[in-house]
Amino acid sequence: MRWRTTITITALATGLVACQPQPVGTVSGQARQADTGGSAAGDFGPPQGDPVQAVLTSAPDVPPPVDRDYPAKVIVDMEVRELDMEISEGVTYTFWTFGGTVPGSFIRIRQGDTVEFHLKNHPDSKMPHNIDLHAVTGPGGGATSSFTAPGHEAVFSFKALNHGLFVYHCATAPVGMHVANGMYGLILVEPPEGLPPVDKEFYVMQGEFYTVGKYREKGHQPFDMQKAIEENATYVLFNGSEGAMVGENAIKANVGDSVRLFVGNGGPNLVSSFHVIGEIFDKAFYEGGTRYQENVQTTLIPAGGSAMTEFRLEVPGTFIIVDHSIFRAFNKGALGMLKVDGEDNLSVYSGKEVDNVYLGDKVMAEDLSIVSDVTQAELTGSATKEQRISAGRVLYNGTCSVCHQQNGEGLEGVFPPLANSDYLLADTRRAIEIVLNGLAGPVTVNDSPFNSVMPPMSQLNDDEIANILTFTLNNWGNEGDVVSPAEVAEIRAATERPQGAAE
Amino acid sequence: MSLSVSLGQYSVANEFVHIPGGEFRSVIPEGEDDNLVAVADFLMQEAPVTNAEFMRFVLHHPEWQRSRAVSLFVDDQYLSTWAGSIYLGSELGPQQPVTQVSWFAAAAYCEWQDARLPSWYEWEYVAAANDSMADARELPGWRQHILSWYSQAGGHRIGDVRSRPSNYYHIFDAHGLVWEWVDDFNSFLVSGDNREQGGADELQFCGAGAISMEEKENYAVLMRVAMLSALEARYTTRNLGFRCARQGEISQ
Repeated sequence: MRWRTTITITALATGLVACQPQPVGTVSGQARQADTGGSAAGDFGPPQGDPVQAVLTSAPDVPPPVDRDYPAKVIVDMEVRELDMEISEGVTYTFWTFGGTVPGSFIRIRQGDTVEFHLKNHPDSKMPHNIDLHAVTGPGGGATSSFTAPGHEAVFSFKALNHGLFVYHCATAPVGMHVANGMYGLILVEPPEGLPPVDKEFYVMQGEFYTVGKYREKGHQPFDMQKAIEENATYVLFNGSEGAMVGENAIKANVGDSVRLFVGNGGPNLVSSFHVIGEIFDKAFYEGGTRYQENVQTTLIPAGGSAMTEFRLEVPGTFIIVDHSIFRAFNKGALGMLKVDGEDNLSVYSGKEVDNVYLGDKVMAEDLSIVSDVTQAELTGSATKEQRISAGRVLYNGTCSVCHQQNGEGLEGVFPPLANSDYLLADTRRAIEIVLNGLAGPVTVNDSPFNSVMPPMSQLNDDEIANILTFTLNNWGNEGDVVSPAEVAEIRAATERPQGAAE
Repeated sequence: MSLSVSLGQYSVANEFVHIPGGEFRSVIPEGEDDNLVAVADFLMQEAPVTNAEFMRFVLHHPEWQRSRAVSLFVDDQYLSTWAGSIYLGSELGPQQPVTQVSWFAAAAYCEWQDARLPSWYEWEYVAAANDSMADARELPGWRQHILSWYSQAGGHRIGDVRSRPSNYYHIFDAHGLVWEWVDDFNSFLVSGDNREQGGADELQFCGAGAISMEEKENYAVLMRVAMLSALEARYTTRNLGFRCARQGEISQ
């Protein structure tokens, strides 16, 4: 009993860091820190009381704290479903899911609990599935005992001997494909005394996806095994789709809130450089374990691992959540939003938000549906000029306005105007080539000389370029052509990209 | 008992096609050293057994009708997609492959046809072909074609047999329609967790040096092995059917 009391006190102490001059986990050169005893100290005996039905939630929601001080039998009912869902606007993918979502449902139990795990594989499934929970001490993490054919159910039990934030995932052959299709989630095993209360808790899980088509190429995309082996991800996403935490789906909090993020990384391959723009983690429980580091900007989350971060919100605004391996954030979708409401605190931060300029070539528009509407219409041959212009406006504001400005007037002597531009309106084919291949050297636009560099924008696909140009040629008083994706594709194939540009 | 179905409207000819034997590289090694397997000449039905064909069977063998089948041999989803014991219903087509059938039911059907279920090696040998080559597994197109079936969720209506061209052996629907029972599905001593390393005398589908993830052309087949090893002989599933095979040469 004394040993357990010691652990409890130590564990409580880690939560009261503000009062402690020597927080647990920092290098002190002093006597060794006490540990929490690991699995040897995690068996609190047989389950007591009535069996409890686990409350499972979908990201970004988290089940309520356990609020129990004895070990119980917890029943988890998890259904596997293979579902076609949107991965990005206008792009669908066949996800394999725990509980119908990517990531799978969040499970929350207490150290010492005995979990009776029911894994059900929906009859519509084509594949058998199982589950490996990193919280399990036992062969395969449960995978050997949960191999389930479609239309069947497997049951196994385990005792959670270690506390921490653990990943679970499917481990059926080929494991990489099952994980790549979204079969991962988090299980939180609370320490016996629970976690200190905070105002808001959120569930965020990163994972990457490998598709045959390019990023944002519309339509139903199959899994690409070759890209997965080469670790060449098409999408890197939070919570399973590009829109999952953006705009209306942003996670929300208020000035003054204390926030805890349970962050997982399902992989299958990439390690995450997890960062919240404009916030610092007061505590980062690296690797989802017992200890934390303080004052952390960016924390590494291994594939098949997790981290817990805690911070307080002092000012309002939109805080962008990213994988700071930055091309993933802006070119593959690893981007989410935390929207904070409340009073300004000008002594802490005085500036105003300017979304589209900071975020460079990433479209931050709330509603990209107009873009996919056009693509759909294009497939039936009914895309109208007005649709293209509307879609093009959204895309232009996210990409081109950085230099050419929202009013199309550019920057005198630096970036040519597009509004009423003689150079632009004279030759549509040339305009398409410039967007694809860039332009350097002297040009004269509306009698003004410019000698600058426009980088190639060939990472945009044919749809996007067609919409942007149609908008540019028909806005600000311009009266020009409609550009179709077929024209862009033709010029893309007929010309060469400069070295280093995307195909 | 009145027959609520007119048999004349259902075509039930499912030819046994001659498959010339040969050697090929299997995902399941026979021995320790190489994974070359020899397959003798045999006969295989050109298409999966259809609802119509299976209906004929249960009319001749009422002990295999859904209402009467012994629970030792089938699970409670046996023929659950049929509207009745001897009635398909309006949702199902006679030319769709029969599914929700157990290994026991499939084996009984084949016995009724003086046939048997194919072995794993026979199935794998035939399924390695595309429309023009006996072994197309090196071709990227072959791989992607197989994987595209897995890229669709399973709730869609299963197509009719023979909807797509047959392969080099004149076999239809080796891929892309339903999983199929094989006679020795249970002989894979495969652990449900494919990351385990087994002993030398165990068939491990990702061990024994035979399979590495570089052998991408075997990738789709690995999933099939995983599927079969998740099953027990009395199980039925919505995407699992079968076809029959016979020994030896076709007699003309």
